[in-house]
Amino acid sequence: MSVSAAAITVAQAGSDFFRDRSEADCIRDNGAFCAGWVIENADRYVEPTLEHAFLVLVPVALGFAIAFAMAVASHRARWLVPPFIGATGVLYTIPSLAFFFLLLPITGRGNVTAIVALTAYTLQIIYRNIVAGLANVPADAKDAGLGMGMTERQLLWRVEMPLALPEIIAGVRVATVTTVALASLAVFAGAGGLGNEIIAGSAITFRTGIVVAGSLMILMALAFDLLLLAIQRHLGRWRVAGRERAAGAPRLRRLRAPGPERA
Amino acid sequence: MTLTLAVLDAFGGAVDFIFSPRPSRGSGPDVGGLGQVGELTLEHLRLSGAAMVLGLALALPVGVYLGHRGRAELLAVGIGNAGRAIPELALIAFLVAFVGVGFVNVTIALVVLAIPPILTNTFVGIRQVDRDAIDAARGVGMSELQIALRIELPLAAPTIIAGVRTSAINVIATAAIAPLAGVVTLGDFIINRNVYGDEGVLAGAILIALLAIAVELVLAAVQTLLTPRGVRVERALAARA
Repeated sequence: MSVSAAAITVAQAGSDFFRDRSEADCIRDNGAFCAGWVIENADRYVEPTLEHAFLVLVPVALGFAIAFAMAVASHRARWLVPPFIGATGVLYTIPSLAFFFLLLPITGRGNVTAIVALTAYTLQIIYRNIVAGLANVPADAKDAGLGMGMTERQLLWRVEMPLALPEIIAGVRVATVTTVALASLAVFAGAGGLGNEIIAGSAITFRTGIVVAGSLMILMALAFDLLLLAIQRHLGRWRVAGRERAAGAPRLRRLRAPGPERA
Repeated sequence: MTLTLAVLDAFGGAVDFIFSPRPSRGSGPDVGGLGQVGELTLEHLRLSGAAMVLGLALALPVGVYLGHRGRAELLAVGIGNAGRAIPELALIAFLVAFVGVGFVNVTIALVVLAIPPILTNTFVGIRQVDRDAIDAARGVGMSELQIALRIELPLAAPTIIAGVRTSAINVIATAAIAPLAGVVTLGDFIINRNVYGDEGVLAGAILIALLAIAVELVLAAVQTLLTPRGVRVERALAARA
């Protein structure tokens, strides 16, 4: 009796598995990925995706501007490096979720809170990479620049920054990918984004919704990363060209002498 | 001016919440006070600690092995890059919806976040060890295992701990949303506003931030302690040059 009951259960499970189930069944059984539902509801993801992209692009752009200014300042005054690393390190350490709610009494619920917290998080990553990039510029290149009569400022913008560019963009890539993931928590700050599709209402148990929102975030991270990689390659291509040139060949385009005809 | 006062008032209320219990907003026992704060802090540390120990136990040997053999660089570094792209909230939600709630399940999710930075930094740290040091060790007759454990591991320690610090920050931050999956960490103060009120939410944020900073300071001290004296001297010289 019990054996036959078990056999029937197994048979039912098997038929459930192979049956071409309707979408209503899929939703009722909380399927892992109800394709029909996703196609029907694709438009509901447009706005959260755009919001999410906004919550990534604005903090990374602001973070880059601030970190870049800090790096230029500490490049001139080296003693600023340790306090800058320390300060951005504290901001990096504070968990975003806590940061959102620490800001709440000051900036209220919404985009501003989320953007401030996410920007603060990117500073350490970008700043460290710019400083490391500038520190790794070969002394020979700097000597050559100085020997050509460059001022400190010309040396920074025409020699050091271009040579540090790959590392700087590497930092921006890390910051961007991290921010795409962290922006999932912006929903707690009332800033929307794809996190909203995961946690709104009882959605945390709705499997298809979680898979779709999670996949969109991972795809967004991948897309931004590939875009920045392309930029990195594009901006760095003259380095490769320079490396391939034989000794005595024309000098690197960007290392041209600062002359009145160019200035 | 009024904003400043309101902000001070809010933070004052949060500090008060940490030190003195008060009736719950909903039905149930009193909330807040050092007793509950201590309890939730311990649970937060227990969860994060379990994830970090498991993460280290899995990532460190693999990282040392791959780094020593110089194998699977794409994998070791790629996992580190891919790990950053995992959305914390989606990970916890995925777990709740597909596996179920509870301490063990959340620990496993946090281990997934803990592994990538440790693995990548261990691999990179071991690879960057001076070839001369390894040749010298081989010359005096050390076995491969001895070279890995007594030469490469100590010299790579600062880089490895840097990875551990990144992991710990991620794990403690993500443990804050563990209450969504039924583990009552400090994040409970934030997520269950209807129980703890605004002061409880702010208190939770303060406590989580302080906990993360405290752990970070401890690990920074560990990093300094584990940096071999020779490496420290080398770095000081490089910084001066």
